Amino acid sequence: MKLNPGIKSWLLVTLVVAFVSACTTTQEELSAGGDGAPVLDESQSGSSAIADGSSGSDGAEATGLDGADGGDGTAIVDYGAMTAMEQLNRTDGELADRTIYFEYDSAKLTSESIAILETHGNFIAGNGEVKVRLEGHGDERGSREYNIALGDRRAQSVRRVLLFQGASSDQVETVSYGEEKPMEMGHDDAAWSKNRRVELIYTVN
Amino acid sequence: MQLTKPITYLFAALMLVMVQSANAALTIDITEGVDGALPIAVVPFDTSALTVKFPVDLAQIVASDLNRSGVLKSMDRAQLPATPHYSKQVQYARWRNAGQDYLVVGRVLEKSSGLYTIEFQLLDVLKQRQLVGRSMPAKKRNLRSRAHQISDFIYEQITGTRGAFDTRIAFVRAQPDAARKYVLQVADTDGFNPQNVLESDEPIMSPSWSPDGKSLAYVSFEGKRPAIFIQQLATARRTKVSGFRGINSAPSWSPDGKHLALVLSKDGSPDIYTMNTATKRLKRLTEHRSIDTEPVWNHDGRTIIFTSDRSGSPQLYEVSVDGGKPKRITFEGRYNAAANLSPDGRYIAMVHSDRGQYKIAQLDRETGNLIVLTDSALDESPSFSPNGKMLLYASTRGNNGFLFAVSIDGRAKHKLSDQAGDIREPVWGPFKSK
Repeated sequence: MKLNPGIKSWLLVTLVVAFVSACTTTQEELSAGGDGAPVLDESQSGSSAIADGSSGSDGAEATGLDGADGGDGTAIVDYGAMTAMEQLNRTDGELADRTIYFEYDSAKLTSESIAILETHGNFIAGNGEVKVRLEGHGDERGSREYNIALGDRRAQSVRRVLLFQGASSDQVETVSYGEEKPMEMGHDDAAWSKNRRVELIYTVN
Repeated sequence: MQLTKPITYLFAALMLVMVQSANAALTIDITEGVDGALPIAVVPFDTSALTVKFPVDLAQIVASDLNRSGVLKSMDRAQLPATPHYSKQVQYARWRNAGQDYLVVGRVLEKSSGLYTIEFQLLDVLKQRQLVGRSMPAKKRNLRSRAHQISDFIYEQITGTRGAFDTRIAFVRAQPDAARKYVLQVADTDGFNPQNVLESDEPIMSPSWSPDGKSLAYVSFEGKRPAIFIQQLATARRTKVSGFRGINSAPSWSPDGKHLALVLSKDGSPDIYTMNTATKRLKRLTEHRSIDTEPVWNHDGRTIIFTSDRSGSPQLYEVSVDGGKPKRITFEGRYNAAANLSPDGRYIAMVHSDRGQYKIAQLDRETGNLIVLTDSALDESPSFSPNGKMLLYASTRGNNGFLFAVSIDGRAKHKLSDQAGDIREPVWGPFKSK
């Protein structure tokens, strides 16, 4: 298939930008749909800098690459011909869904979530240069450390599906933030249900 | 308590590295008064002998300390029938008629510039005699601490229990709009003198005081992963003691200060470990596919109490520091977590939930009774005062977290309110060494 020339040159620009930033930061986080998620900067250390009072470099926040619009929705896209980064930059398609939600005090995946994760698992398995970081979260209720453990359990649930699909364990990292980084600030069921989640954060080497 | 000791030593303990001036001081609101609190009048101290204006209101600090205890109730200053500064100026009948049981009078003398002598007397109005009188040196820098020591004296004279006013608390402040989003702070028990211990863009969690009060262990996500650090407060020197794959969390100091209990998931699910802080050697205490977290040491250092959901919902368990089979110790309610032990080991405070509300409750290990101490919906992080008489905890109001303290009988409660940010995870530090 052929991409129309406009999209092609856009992708080229995106790739050049991505390449340049990859050279400067070693790894670049990609955010689906350009939601402005902070770039994961692996080069930061941030240890002594904080303690001794000097301002470290760890605070740098940059904006993730905007998702490339893959077309007008009618174009047929040949995933096989796209690089991993191109696929991740698409705002539509199955890989654009990168948040998995959970019930209260539960790490159980719904069948919809499993279907989404199977797609991610296949993608990761087929692209060795891709890594994913699974960030587990909980709602604010209960104790903070218990919620750290719960966020970890959720991330582990997601990880198991990805590995089952053939992703290798060194492609998948987990971290739990418990209730420390809520998506929604409210104190009701609507906010809580959005905060009980695992976010898939991709990097492409 | 000896107060005539050289105060340089106290200075050293108080000296924290300030990353930047921590401006937002906490203030106190008494939210629930107590019937039956003992009436005490604290007369403003005489500072008329000083050449320059005295920088703090000692009597005000003492009066509000005593009020917070719930055991004493200080008389409104506007109602004071007289303003004596020496016991021999006191007309006891006037104070008895004003309904007061106790009276505190005092004065400040200047030895040289910035160097003071504070004298005070605690008087028993009914017996018409002095209970205690003290003279203490003070420097401009430690005047508030001196005032808290006066409160400790008075409290101990009247109740027989050591006062815990001249101690410190640590907590985490989140400030979403600031350059640094998370700050670990240490402050006096009335919220004054907040000082920054660590600032970070990433979450800081679970501060734990070393038994000597000189260090804090905490969890920092500054490397985008959790790691446990131990930081000396005076020097800000710190060591990363745990940075394994997965969870590194919930550090808790052993009573002898030689070990940390902590939670690691490097071997699978979160389990309880102990670490020798000198050798960094780990010992695994639990091995279960459930969540095991929030370890705290019993006062004898022989057992550890922790949260586990091995029964299906979070409950408290106790395990020997030598390992073995944990024993469940909470049975009331579907959710019991985040244990904190009273200094004598008799009471366990916890986050307790029955019907969707998370409150602070206390289990009496002698009687087996569980009493709920708070009445809001999102309470967490209970922490006993070093004399075991108060519990500090965090509660959400609106979009912010605030610190509260409640007496262990649940009768007196006060809020440490704050204008800026969202405060959580308070931990009450140990007594300062005498």
